Amino acid sequence: MPQPVIVARDLVKKYGEFAAVDGLSFEVAPGESFGLLGPNGAGKSTTMRMIGAVSTRTAGGLSILGLDPDRHGPDIRSQLGVVPQADNLDTELRVRENLLVYGRYFGLPRRVVAERADELLEFAQLSDRGQAKVDALSGGMKRRLTIARGLINDPRIILLDEPTTGLDPQARHILWDRLFRLKEQGKTLVLTTHYMDEAEQLCDRLVVVDHGRIMAEGSPAQLIREYSSREVLELRFGSDRNEEVARALEGSGDRIEVLPDRILVYTADGEAELERISAAGLHPITSLVRRSSLEDVFLRLTGRSLIE
Amino acid sequence: MSGSESEAPYRDRSATDDATTDDARRAFEGGIRPRRFGAWYVAEHRFRVMWSYAQTILVTGFGEPFIYLYAMGVGLATLVDRNLSLEAGGVGYLVFVAPALLCSAALTTAVIEFSYPVLLGYKWNPTFTGMHSGPISPGQIVDGLVISVVVRLAATVAIYFGFMLLFGAVPSAAGWLAVPIATLTGMAFGTLLMAYASTIREDSGQLAMVQRLVVLPLTLFSGTFFPLSQLPWFLQWIGWISPLWHGTELTRVVTFGYAEPVWLTVLHVVVLIAMTVVGWAWARRIAVRRLAA
Ligand SMILES: Nc1ncnc2c1ncn2[C@@H]1O[C@H](COP(=O)(O)OP(=O)(O)O)[C@@H](O)[C@H]1O
Ligand SMILES: [Mg+2]
Repeated sequence: MPQPVIVARDLVKKYGEFAAVDGLSFEVAPGESFGLLGPNGAGKSTTMRMIGAVSTRTAGGLSILGLDPDRHGPDIRSQLGVVPQADNLDTELRVRENLLVYGRYFGLPRRVVAERADELLEFAQLSDRGQAKVDALSGGMKRRLTIARGLINDPRIILLDEPTTGLDPQARHILWDRLFRLKEQGKTLVLTTHYMDEAEQLCDRLVVVDHGRIMAEGSPAQLIREYSSREVLELRFGSDRNEEVARALEGSGDRIEVLPDRILVYTADGEAELERISAAGLHPITSLVRRSSLEDVFLRLTGRSLIE
Repeated sequence: MSGSESEAPYRDRSATDDATTDDARRAFEGGIRPRRFGAWYVAEHRFRVMWSYAQTILVTGFGEPFIYLYAMGVGLATLVDRNLSLEAGGVGYLVFVAPALLCSAALTTAVIEFSYPVLLGYKWNPTFTGMHSGPISPGQIVDGLVISVVVRLAATVAIYFGFMLLFGAVPSAAGWLAVPIATLTGMAFGTLLMAYASTIREDSGQLAMVQRLVVLPLTLFSGTFFPLSQLPWFLQWIGWISPLWHGTELTRVVTFGYAEPVWLTVLHVVVLIAMTVVGWAWARRIAVRRLAA
């Protein structure tokens, strides 16, 4: 097995007494696409900043590319491509200039930077925007430019902190497509998200994080198999009847979950379960059978929804 | 100028620091140039930004010295020279006031270059965070800013000095030393301001206050337009702690052989260098605390 490019052991980050990251252990193999899935405040960004060698850990072991970020910050960072949660593109410079300037920070010769800048603008589908002002770009374009900027040093590992948060569905799909290309090129991706569909699309393997701790680890399919059923039956009876109906539904499927606005019945066969429930004289206002998702895994693990 | 990263209290290093892998070797290689030249890359960024408002820089760079030297040195001088006998070693008012104008220009430029870009870089448009997620260390970001401002100041001051020559405000042959002195004067105040600006997390007009309560009084009461000795004794301390006073007096020594004790001349140099070093070092510390928390 190849050496892992990231090893975290009981990684802790405290702000005062508060542990934002409370003992994370994981490894990332080269070429792998690894995700941290968790709600807001779970400690994802804090973890990313430690992996990115810009934030010192409070305790635990951390090795990036075989090096300790405490001692080898600049060396490690020379091999990373970082896409932070909040864009920090230089709004005083034009689109292409942002790439030129950033490439220079790595000590790359101007000629190399200029060549890569043009290639990356192409990759980011921004070739015709090179001379535009950054502020004139849409949210999705800014995000793509930030990703292009992160690639200027041909990084070994790419860190993406919530790459598509705040984007509209179309912009997200364009971005996913770009990230998929990187994955195909064999890049190592580490990404955080609180979107289950994003995690399912992009991650080979992920950890579910809550309150700075790992709740579960595995591939999306493994996690769903382990912590959820194949299908989910979503029933709405109207919020005032939820509780009452839930008691009547006790014992349906493998498990039920009562949310404020609906009831989820976990089962291998949703249609069959729905027929049984109707036969028992319960008639939901609406019903829906869908496949289990990471959202259900998270609900099972924490009793809470991923997006509040 | 190398990027040293701070050590934190206790660590598990058993799994870490296997510096023998290909990845590690590649990382060390990638770190060489940024560690050595990172500050210059940051300066390069600043120059590119300055270039985007080069027109403004050029217009003020050439317009200001002309207007000030003409108004103060020529216009006002006719009045002053007729009515006042200055303790200025028998030179005309233009020769007396030109070093002060020169040093004030350096100070003003330093104030601009060390306030707005610092607030911008940490907060409004956090480009410093961006540099730091690359291989640039916090200290190098500060160093790069310092390099860029030194260049900007030296250029501004050199143009100003050119106008002083044209106006006949530099009788002494050693006058060209005014260029490094005025640059140093700008840096002495500028680096301290940079450090202060680095501490600002919530902008509530602090920099405008500095402009009004610090820069303006300094400009007026630093032996600039009249000798410090003309101030009442209880205001003279302003001069002694003012980089502008030390810079201006030192410039006067070189441009027209202003007579003062040697120890005082030495003191001017020491104070200006000390302020620069303190401000610079302080700003570096804050950068580490703010970026690498
Ligand atoms: N610099 C900081 N000082 C104090 N608390 C912080 C700091 N950064 C993050 N936190 C806290 O740590 C927790 C985890 O934050 P973060 O890593 O940003 O979570 P996520 O990215 O998963 O939303 C949050 O409760 C946040 O308020
Ligand atoms: Mg976050």
